[in-house]
Order: sequence, then C-alpha cells, then structure tokens
Amino acid sequence: MIALEKRPEPSRLWRAATPLVAVALTMLAGGAMFAALGADPVAAIRVIFWDPLFDPSFAAYARPQLLVKAGPLILIAVGLAIGFRSGVWNIGAEGQYIMGAICGAAAALAFYPAETRAIFPLAVLAGAAGGLAWAMIPALLKVRFGTNEILVSLMLVYVAESVLASVSSGLLQNPDGMGFPGSRNLAQWDAVANRELVAGTGMHWGVGAAFVAVIAAYILMSRHILGFQLRLSGAAPRAARFAGVTPGRVALTCFAISGALAGMAGFFEVAGPAGQISIDFGSFYGFTAIIVAFLGRLHPVGILLAGLLMALTYIGGELAQLTLGLPAAAIQLFQGMLLFFLLATDVLVNYRLRPRRREAA
Amino acid sequence: MQRGGETVLSLEGLGKSYPGVRACDAISLDMRRGEIHALLGENGAGKSTLVKMIYGLVTPDAGEMRLDGQPFAPPDPNAARRAGVAMVFQHFSLFDALTVAENIALGMEDAPPPRRLAARIREVSELYGLPLDPRRTVGTLSAGERQRVEIVRCLLQGPRVLIMDEPTSVLTPQEAEILFETLRKLAAEGTAILYISHKLEEIRALCDTATILRRGEVVGTCTPAETTAREMAELMVGASFAPVAAAARETGGVALEARGLAAPAPGAFGTPLHDLSFTLRAGEVLGLGGVAGNGQDELLAVLAGERALPRGMLFLDGADVGRLGPQARRARGLATAPEERLGHAAAPEMSLTENALLTAARRKGLLRQGFIDWAAARRFAEAVIDRFDVRTPGPEAAARALSGGNLQKFVIGREIAQAPRVLVVNQPTWGVDAAAAAAIRQALLDMAAAGTAILVISQDLDELFEVADRFGALVGGRLSEIRPMHDLSLERIGLMMGGAHDMEVAHVG
Repeated sequence: MIALEKRPEPSRLWRAATPLVAVALTMLAGGAMFAALGADPVAAIRVIFWDPLFDPSFAAYARPQLLVKAGPLILIAVGLAIGFRSGVWNIGAEGQYIMGAICGAAAALAFYPAETRAIFPLAVLAGAAGGLAWAMIPALLKVRFGTNEILVSLMLVYVAESVLASVSSGLLQNPDGMGFPGSRNLAQWDAVANRELVAGTGMHWGVGAAFVAVIAAYILMSRHILGFQLRLSGAAPRAARFAGVTPGRVALTCFAISGALAGMAGFFEVAGPAGQISIDFGSFYGFTAIIVAFLGRLHPVGILLAGLLMALTYIGGELAQLTLGLPAAAIQLFQGMLLFFLLATDVLVNYRLRPRRREAA
Repeated sequence: MQRGGETVLSLEGLGKSYPGVRACDAISLDMRRGEIHALLGENGAGKSTLVKMIYGLVTPDAGEMRLDGQPFAPPDPNAARRAGVAMVFQHFSLFDALTVAENIALGMEDAPPPRRLAARIREVSELYGLPLDPRRTVGTLSAGERQRVEIVRCLLQGPRVLIMDEPTSVLTPQEAEILFETLRKLAAEGTAILYISHKLEEIRALCDTATILRRGEVVGTCTPAETTAREMAELMVGASFAPVAAAARETGGVALEARGLAAPAPGAFGTPLHDLSFTLRAGEVLGLGGVAGNGQDELLAVLAGERALPRGMLFLDGADVGRLGPQARRARGLATAPEERLGHAAAPEMSLTENALLTAARRKGLLRQGFIDWAAARRFAEAVIDRFDVRTPGPEAAARALSGGNLQKFVIGREIAQAPRVLVVNQPTWGVDAAAAAAIRQALLDMAAAGTAILVISQDLDELFEVADRFGALVGGRLSEIRPMHDLSLERIGLMMGGAHDMEVAHVG
C-alpha cells in the first residue's frame, strides 16, 4: 500500500518538476495510444514534438506557426491565470475571444475604407472592450446575485458563437462578398492588418502583446499590492476579507483583466491569421488556454513556455494527421492527457508518497 | 482518592517519528479501571500524537499497546471504537443542518432505526445528567450542548476508555462542573478516562493521576491534588517562568466607543448582535467573556471592518469609523486579531513575510505607490519573529508549517508591532502552551501600560482575571453590564455569562 502524506511545506522542486513529469507521462501514455491505433509510437511522438521545428521539409512553414498559435493562447491564459489564482473561475474565455474579435472588427469596419493606421490601435481597444464587456456579464451576475461564474461564463460561449454566426451573415457580412457569409478581409486592408513585426517569424502584434502581458502579469502578481490581494483571495478568502479585500471587487477585476486580454487576442486573430469574421472563426483557443494556464502552473513565465508547448502539439498534431493518418480525435486526446497528467502529478507538490506497512487489526 | 483497580490500557515504550521530528519517544503509561488520568504538556509535546495512536489515527513505529492484557494495535478509528476506545475531539465534527439523532447515527457503524436510537439517546443522556433532545437541529445548540452530543455519541458505544481533548474550553464554569459530575460518574462505573487539558486547576480538582509530557517524552507523573498548579506548569515547560505582572497604569481618554452597536446574523447559524454599548479608554484592558458562539466572532468582524456598520455605532477617537473598511480602520490605528489563526488571521499557504504584509502593508509603510517593498516586509516579519520568540526556520516558512502557539505569537505580534491605538483580540491564547500564553498576556499588559486601549474577547476566564481591568459578558449577542474585574467572583461571572442555561446537575447515583 502507498499512502499520501501531507508535506509540511509545498515542495518547490516538485512545483517546477511536475510539468516535465506530466509531459513525459503524456508521451508514454500517448505513445501507447498511438501504438494501439497502429502507428509507430516513436515516430508519432517525433512528428509531434520534433518535426515541426527541425524537419527541413516542414520547419519553414511550421516554425512561424508556433508563435502564431502560441500568441493568443498565452495572451488568454495569462489573464485566466490571474483569475484562477484568485479563486475566480472564468471558463468562458472562448466567448470573450469571439466577442472581442467581433467588436474589434466592427469598430475597424466602421471606418472602411479609410487608410489611416490610427484605426488599428482603436480597433485593438475595441476588441479588448468587447471581451471585457462580455466578461462583465458573469462577473456582475456573480457579485449581484451570487450566480456561479463557471456556469454563466461557459454558457455565454455558446451565446457568443450564435452572435458570431448571426453577424457573419448579417451585420458584418462583406457587401462585396457575393452573398457568401463572412466579413471583409481585414488582413488585406492595410489600415488594420495585424502584420508580422519581423517577417517570416510569425511574430505579429498579438504575439508582442502576449509577451508584454506576461511581463505585466508577473510584475502585478509578485510586486504589486493588488496582485498580492488577488493571490490572498484565492489562497485564503477569509484572510483576504480580514485584510480588507472585497470579494466582489476581486471577481470584477479578474473578469475584467481576463476578458480584456481574451478580447484583444480575438481582434489580433481576426485582423491577422484568420483575416475575417466568419462562422468558423471560433478556434477553441479560449478553452485550450485553460490547459495552458494550468500547465504553466498559473505563473506568467510558465504560461509562456506552456503556450509554446501547446502550440507545438497543435502543429505537430496536424502534421501527424497528415503524415501518419492519425485521427484528429487522437490528437485531442493526447492534448487532454497533458492536462490530466499535470493535475494528477500536481498532488506531489503538497503531498509525498510513503509506503505503508500492512498491519494486523 | 484512589479509585479503580486493574489496568485497562497499558502503553509500553510507544514511539512515533515524523520527518525531522520525534513526536513521541518511548512513552509508557498505565490506565486503570475507573481512573481519570490527566495528560499534560505544552503544544507540540506529543499529547495529540499519543492519543491519535490510541485512537487508531496514527500508527506507532515503536512500542506496543495492550488493552485488557491483549495486544492492541488499531489500524483505524473504527477498530479502536469496536475495541472500546472512544474519543471526544476538541473541534466538533457535527453537521449544523442535521438533528442530534441524525448526527449521532452518522457516526455509528450500524445505527439502529431512528426511533430506537432517539430513545437510546434520551436514556443515556438522562442517565449521565446530559439532557439532550434528539430532534433538535445541531445548528441551534450552544457549544456546551454540542459537546454533549459528542459525549453521548461516545457513551452509546459503552466505551472502556474515553479520551477527552480539552473539553472545557467551550464551557461556562457551571457547565464545566456538570461535565465533571458526568465524568466522575463514568469513572465510578469503571470507565478509564484520559483527560487532556491546559487548565491546571481543573485537573487538580478532577484527575487522579497526571502524566506530563515534554518534547515527546514522559517527564513526570504526579497526583494532581497533591501538586500545585505552578509545579505542574514548570514540569511542562521544563523551566520556571515569570508570572504575568501588570504594571501600574493610568487610563486616558476614550479611544473606542460602541453606541448601541447592532448587526444582523451573518448566516443561518450566526449570532446577531443587539445593542452593544461600551467605552474603551487608552491604557485600559476590557475583557469580554462568554461561551463560544455568543457573538464573539461577529463582534470581531464588525470591529475589524469585515462587515460595515451603519453610522453612529462605532467611534475611534471620537470619529465615526463604522462605515470604513478594514484597511482604513487599521490606518487610523484600530488593529484586530481574530480567533481563527489559520485561514482568517493568516493565509496558511503563504509565507510569514506575506502574512506580515497582510495587515501591516499600509501602517508600516511597506508599499511604494502600490508596489510592495519585499525587503522591508521581510525585515518587519523578522522583527516580529525576534521580538515574540516565534519558533520558525525563517520568514519564508509557510504559516501552516508553524505550530499553533507559534503562529498565534506571530499574528498577535504582527498587530502589536504596528503600535496601534486600539487592539482587539479574540481568544489570544487559545490552544497556546503555558509559556507562550504568558508571553502573549504580558505583551498585552505592556501595551496597555504604554497607553494602548485593549479589548480582549476570551472564553478563558483565568486569562481575563489576569489581564482585564473591567469585565463584560457576551450572551446571545448582547452585552451584560460592565463591571470592574476585581469586584467579581467566578460564580458571579458564571451567572453573567448565562449560568448553566437550562442544564441540570447530574444525578450522581
């Protein structure tokens, strides 16, 4: 028998090591799953983790994609992690991401076809405002009526998807689009296009924003009293009230930050990689970011690394589908395993394993 | 008085180690039938580890236990209960929303049908002078009555050995007297009782034998009736310590005033506060006594500012502070320390430096435009640790890694070190060992001598006798009249605290 014994203090070593252990366990279990599907497990792992970066025939396309995919994941996850550390559970970042994209695109298109670059920052702000406003719905309902923010924010994702479907063949539909659903292409409109900052790297404005957000979140959470109060609310709610932190204000702050960042990510996506508002704009970044946040231990720098890793499994997963014919579901399962093993090994931060002697009653 | 006969439970060289700590080392102890056996020791002396081994919660790694001469090694509490060992914990494990009978049934392995169980509960509780209505909801019971539920739950199993962990900490003197009658009756019937308490006088009145532990070892046994409380305390601590001494002090102007303070109950089982009025002068210690659950936590919450008050109820130095939040009140010099150390006064998972920041951020100037000066926070935490002799590896240790007494010294010290105008403390020495308690009380008296107004809310009357100038009792969220402490006797205080409620003294047969 093995018993779990609480450590006197959380282990710093394990806090750093669990993501690596989780990745290793995911490779093992995922490899077994790929083998069961009839693929060579070593080759599959190699295609997912190695080829996108180093295989000469894929790397030219795949390397820039790494930042393109990681950017929104990191931007959203950094905001979510602030909430998760404060005990505020925003599960609806996907909805805020979609609403941010719609609001940012709408604000930009209101000026069409003006050709001044001033529209771009304005549209970024509109995107952030859209995500923030959408996030305020679960936050205010929680503060005012005590509703469960997990359920409300999650349900609003589906509302946002319906709004997306409606505007892409309604309000924002491209008048010159010959009746096809979808807005004008923002990426081809110089005034608002979310361009690469360094050509050929995939490093667009949104990725830059993600890096800034990582640094800002780090400073907020570890150096500023507001971050301390947020962490305190998550760690010990009664002690937080004793310290003078109002729970309602914590919920509003966390939803505002995570909603604004998700909304901003939405606009950067629609003005760059996606190009237009369309029915299939929703990309699950908002949900995957939850995994990224936890994989990164809710720490901004961890999230940066986790976002890159998750982006890698996305790109590598697509490659594996192409080259090895693995089903898409298997790749999603593989990504799910990562979170599963992370949460499972997480217990070792606060507990240690001890063999227990069997004893007679 | 020499009661009892043959040995029921004997412990031989019992030991238990945790990483880095020898919690219990070669402890031997014999309990005879009908004996009330006191287990004494400071926090961390190994008392709770020892009783956990007897109750099957912890497996010893050395030595053996014998129950009626048979080897006894319970793998879990169920086995211990089947063998006839019962335990009443210091913290009740009852569900507020369920009835007495339902709570008791939950703790039984094969509970009889509800009607039979209710009849059994009535029968047992009457027999031992602990009247209890099985249909009452536990949330509506006083702390004393809740304890009866726990005791009756144990008695239903007809235990041979009964372990009681600090049972009188929640009782009025009269309620405690009733409990003692019950325990004496049980002992007279042959039950061996292991009695853990910090209150030396009650051990002298109740127990036949005392075993004293220090640092996991037995350092002495004595007959409490023939030993003075001071001698026992010194055995526990291993050294003599100075009694708390009050310096002569003068009281100044009114620092804190409550005028008809009232607040609704915070939750379904909270206590509403009604029309509380008192004044607290600089340099004075006002003690508020009362049995747990009579509004202590609620009063602390409204004084700390966790719950805002309407205008005109609470004044600090003449200014209405009722609508201010905790930070604004602290900035004006009103410091508070709640009863619950872990989770309320301190965040368990956070370091001592972070916990120092928790209340001292503004008053100690640990912020620069909202950014935390971690070096200054760390220095402040270290200063508190040094000044109040907090035993910890350092300010980076997590709060939950500290023993209760050490953490209590830290959270009280954190407030004292901020030199407040008014300090409100709830249960400042609850669960704290004798030496640490003396240090905390001395610090409170020194502060009062330096001109701080101090409000001590406590269920420990000995403590209030030691530190308070005036005394008031909290009963059902109301405040009795406030009287000078030196005019009051224990009996008088007991009556002010609501006496024994509707309890009757046990019919000892």
